[in-house]
Amino acid sequence: MQMTNDRVAPVSAGSRRLKKVGKYLLLIILMFIVVSPFLLGFWTSFLPTAAISKGALWGKLSFDNYVAAVTTTPILRYLFNSLVISLFTMIAQLLFCSMSAYAFVFLRFKYRKFLFYVFLATMMLPFEAEVIPNFMTVRDMGLLDHFAVMIVPFMTTAFGTFMLRQSFMQMPKELKEASDIEGLNHWQFYYKVTLPYAKISMVTLGAYSFLSSWNQYLWPMLTTFSDNFRPVQDGLRQLQSQETFNNWGMIQASAAIVVLPTLIVLFIGQHYFKA
Amino acid sequence: MQQSLQNKAANESSNLKLKANSTTASKSKDGWYVALFLGPSLLLLGIFVFYPMLKTFYLSMFLTNNVGKATTFVGFSNYLSLLKNPAYLSSLGATLIYVLAVSALTVIIGLLLAVAANQQLKGIKIFRTLFSSTMGVSVSVAAIFWLFVFNPSVGVLSQLSTALHLPVINWLTDPTFAMIAIIISTVWMNLGFTFLILFGALQAVPTSLYEAADIAGVSKTTQLFKITIPMISPTMFFVLIVTLIEAFKSFGLIDMMTAGGPNNATNLLVYRIYQDAFLNGNFAQASTESIILTVIIAIFTLIQFKLLGKRVNY
Repeated sequence: MQMTNDRVAPVSAGSRRLKKVGKYLLLIILMFIVVSPFLLGFWTSFLPTAAISKGALWGKLSFDNYVAAVTTTPILRYLFNSLVISLFTMIAQLLFCSMSAYAFVFLRFKYRKFLFYVFLATMMLPFEAEVIPNFMTVRDMGLLDHFAVMIVPFMTTAFGTFMLRQSFMQMPKELKEASDIEGLNHWQFYYKVTLPYAKISMVTLGAYSFLSSWNQYLWPMLTTFSDNFRPVQDGLRQLQSQETFNNWGMIQASAAIVVLPTLIVLFIGQHYFKA
Repeated sequence: MQQSLQNKAANESSNLKLKANSTTASKSKDGWYVALFLGPSLLLLGIFVFYPMLKTFYLSMFLTNNVGKATTFVGFSNYLSLLKNPAYLSSLGATLIYVLAVSALTVIIGLLLAVAANQQLKGIKIFRTLFSSTMGVSVSVAAIFWLFVFNPSVGVLSQLSTALHLPVINWLTDPTFAMIAIIISTVWMNLGFTFLILFGALQAVPTSLYEAADIAGVSKTTQLFKITIPMISPTMFFVLIVTLIEAFKSFGLIDMMTAGGPNNATNLLVYRIYQDAFLNGNFAQASTESIILTVIIAIFTLIQFKLLGKRVNY
């Protein structure tokens, strides 16, 4: 590409270098826009709060805020709660979404098409618009302020079913025919052949469901009231709005503790998938 | 191996005879499996998606008491009074401004990032990784970062203004600037995901197009508008719709940064539903607002399905 460019309009090495500098400059400016809220947050998490509240952006750097966050707030408990909730939600979604996707691809039954459209229709209904009856339902089930209230309503999704169905439909027909001959029943074919075959889609759905559970905000805010079950998003909300309101150093340290694991997973994941 | 081949042959010949009644036979045989495979999902969706939608619609037709029990049937009059309620209309207007600004800015800046990252330069991978980084930021973390940026006494923006002898903006207590602050924060949160999707689309554009344009002496800017944008416009439109739908459902940033204020300037649709139901105990009105939100989102989701339908088979 560079070669053809040169042949048509020869440019001096100097102006090409200038162009390169310009490109890097643009990239660095854009990067600064994207990253500056992070940098500011991370930087202040190492500063003493006394300095921050005077408006200073420098001071003695230390891990004091991190120590304070871990020892005086339940931030680690919140992280643990979120981990439990997200893991179980992910496992349940992988199981139930793959089962319903299997039914739509490999089972023959009345109203199959109709039921599939019913599933698709749920993707049009925002959960945010259904919180009132759902709150009453989980209250009547006695699930309020428990891990289950964060897991049970999200154990299956139409989106996951739809995504896995697309992947199951790409399986070669011969696989099913061969397993019929081998005498495998549907359950055996499902877990011995279909699931391993759709491994990549399962991993993708797993990551997606874990993250969406991790990022839930409105629902846990309505349904969890104690530190024993409160997930990390609402934990941060709690810390930010309560007694620690003006302790900026500690708040930033808590935010950093929460964001670092997901950032690391994101960076590793990108490296792994794109390499 | 040979045996299975023979089996297959035998099976095929018998298939012909069985064909007539095989559909009915397999139907009854699959019955238990249908219940096993589809049952759990149907049950869960029924309890947590379909029932609440019907119940919300039902509640929107009634007056309710303070624990959410329907008392008097009023038909569609909740809808009529809501659409005549100036507070609700201003909330609807604010939501539209927010949604349009957020989705337009997200797509434009996301495209800028994607185009900038789609060059062959040393170290470009680092930029790509950093551009996608906001995808790893959850809503409460983003709110804390931006609350610090916009803070009137310790925030960087107000300090910058003071240092430059500019008037200090009360970002979160002025109605207009609070809305701008919320829009900026939301766009920032969206950038990582949008960048990744648009960058993926850019990489799929054949390089031969650019090579031909280079030979013809077409400038880079013209190439952007005549080649890049037309080639990735389906993806851009897809991202736009996804961002629109998500923006209509915004809640977390508003809750942590402005709590709907000042003067309800950032009291967007979902925050209003939450306030009416869980703070004011007006379940009928909140249900009516929920149904209106559902209709809006359903329309955009249908458009999204139409788009997907071109690439995916149902």
